[in-house]
Amino acid sequence: MTNWFEDVAELTHKGQIKVPYTWSVGEVGSRFLVALRDQKRILGNRCGQCRTVFVPPRNRCGKCFGEIHEWIELGDEGIVTAHTIVRYNHPIQPTPTPFAYAIVKLDGADVGFIHIIKEDLGRLKNGVRVKARFSESRRGHILDIDSFTII
Amino acid sequence: MARRVAIVGTGQTYHRSQRLDVNGRELISEAVIRCLEDCEVSIKDVDAIVIGNMDHFESINYVDAWSVEGSGGHMKPIMKVTTGGTTGTSVAIAAYYHVASGLFDRVLAIGWEKNSESDTSAAIITCSDPIWDRFSYAGAIPSLATEASAYMEQYGVTQEDAARVAVRERAHAGNNPYAHLRKPITIEDVMNSPMLAYPIKLLDVCPRTDGACAVVFAAEGVAEKIALTPAWIKSTSVRHSTTWFGDVDYNTGLVSLTRASKEAFEKTGIRESVEEIDVCELYLPYSYAGLKWIEAIGFCGPGEGPRFVSEGNTDMGGKLPVNPSGGVMSTNCIGATGLIRVAEAAIQIMGKAEKRQVPDVKTAFVTGFGGCWWSDAMVLGKKKPL
Repeated sequence: MTNWFEDVAELTHKGQIKVPYTWSVGEVGSRFLVALRDQKRILGNRCGQCRTVFVPPRNRCGKCFGEIHEWIELGDEGIVTAHTIVRYNHPIQPTPTPFAYAIVKLDGADVGFIHIIKEDLGRLKNGVRVKARFSESRRGHILDIDSFTII
Repeated sequence: MARRVAIVGTGQTYHRSQRLDVNGRELISEAVIRCLEDCEVSIKDVDAIVIGNMDHFESINYVDAWSVEGSGGHMKPIMKVTTGGTTGTSVAIAAYYHVASGLFDRVLAIGWEKNSESDTSAAIITCSDPIWDRFSYAGAIPSLATEASAYMEQYGVTQEDAARVAVRERAHAGNNPYAHLRKPITIEDVMNSPMLAYPIKLLDVCPRTDGACAVVFAAEGVAEKIALTPAWIKSTSVRHSTTWFGDVDYNTGLVSLTRASKEAFEKTGIRESVEEIDVCELYLPYSYAGLKWIEAIGFCGPGEGPRFVSEGNTDMGGKLPVNPSGGVMSTNCIGATGLIRVAEAAIQIMGKAEKRQVPDVKTAFVTGFGGCWWSDAMVLGKKKPL
């Protein structure tokens, strides 16, 4: 038996998968994003079966599998129910650090809305009231809300 | 000992090239709701879910979790199965295993794809080994074309022979309201369509489709109470081979399909397949498969595929109708494609196929194809297996 492997240079190959995607937002999601873009309004909807108010809205209830038809306009304010302040930088993050990822319970909604808080982080704690700040240039995207600001 | 299992309900979307009105979850729920309505089973009575689609096709990696709103899987056991082109048949077979094991009475199988969301070729290349195959042999069409040209040289098969299969699939699709491509085509249309990789032309291959399919499998004792005519699973067989594209012998038949079919037939006592099977839903992703692969199954001898097809044996009203649904070449929502074969076979047995119904179906045969030349097979029957 030869120990040929002792002298082998172990190679690695670099690679990157680049696949272009075009995701369908769907009718329900599109209505939400168009209202955000054109009117700076935040829409939710209520399950006809279990009465949960969802934001973002969806066409079917994930919990009870009921259909959802009833649209509701939610306020642009709410309270922070949980958060973290991010201090390390990474390309996947939406904005330079420090900033906070926060769960915001919008007025009138039963589920949390996931978004970011960029300023005034020293005052951030669970229970503070926040308000949506809309972007100047909106394109029908979740970041048409630039961030939430602490009231 | 495995329990007897039957399909009691099916549902599918109206398949289209692009469904902008729904996202993936919403597409899934359309099929699920249609399936539950078909068998009058409540989502509450579904004990477990098996779901599958293609990795990288929608950039969704945890489809079992992500799809819960559409699948109805909230707080239920869910298993994701992805095996390439065979995903749909693997989902069906995994759902069958769930029920046959005795652990679950009603299992919902779901296959889906939103092909419009990505570049299929760019996504599918991730199935190839990144060191050895990806840069020297890329994409689904070239490897199928290599097989086809070898087959043509070996038996003197012509492009027109293969076009006859494409014409049949599209003629059948005209009877299926769910099919994606339903416009009739002629041999001339196929011959005049653009050459992609010799001998495959545009109308020789399957489309890319947005669609979903759902099927409920139920245990003996439960199935008879749900469905008037349950479609019993008589046997299944899986033959997944190597992933080295060069290890495949392109000059022989599709070995995995030969072996899977042989085992599926033996398990259920089929000796004369053409005589004993009433209808087939075969995973034929391109026209030449409709010749060569029916030889691999054993419906006719090597090189006899063109004559078997041209004589009309596989047409509606023929001795062994193949793909009354229009098959993969008319509808190809990849993760759903194999499951649609299973659903369509079940529909034939249940007598619910309307304009595409083959009269008096007692035994139906299904295949799945995928990845690097691997195959699934399933025999379904009207009579409960012994």
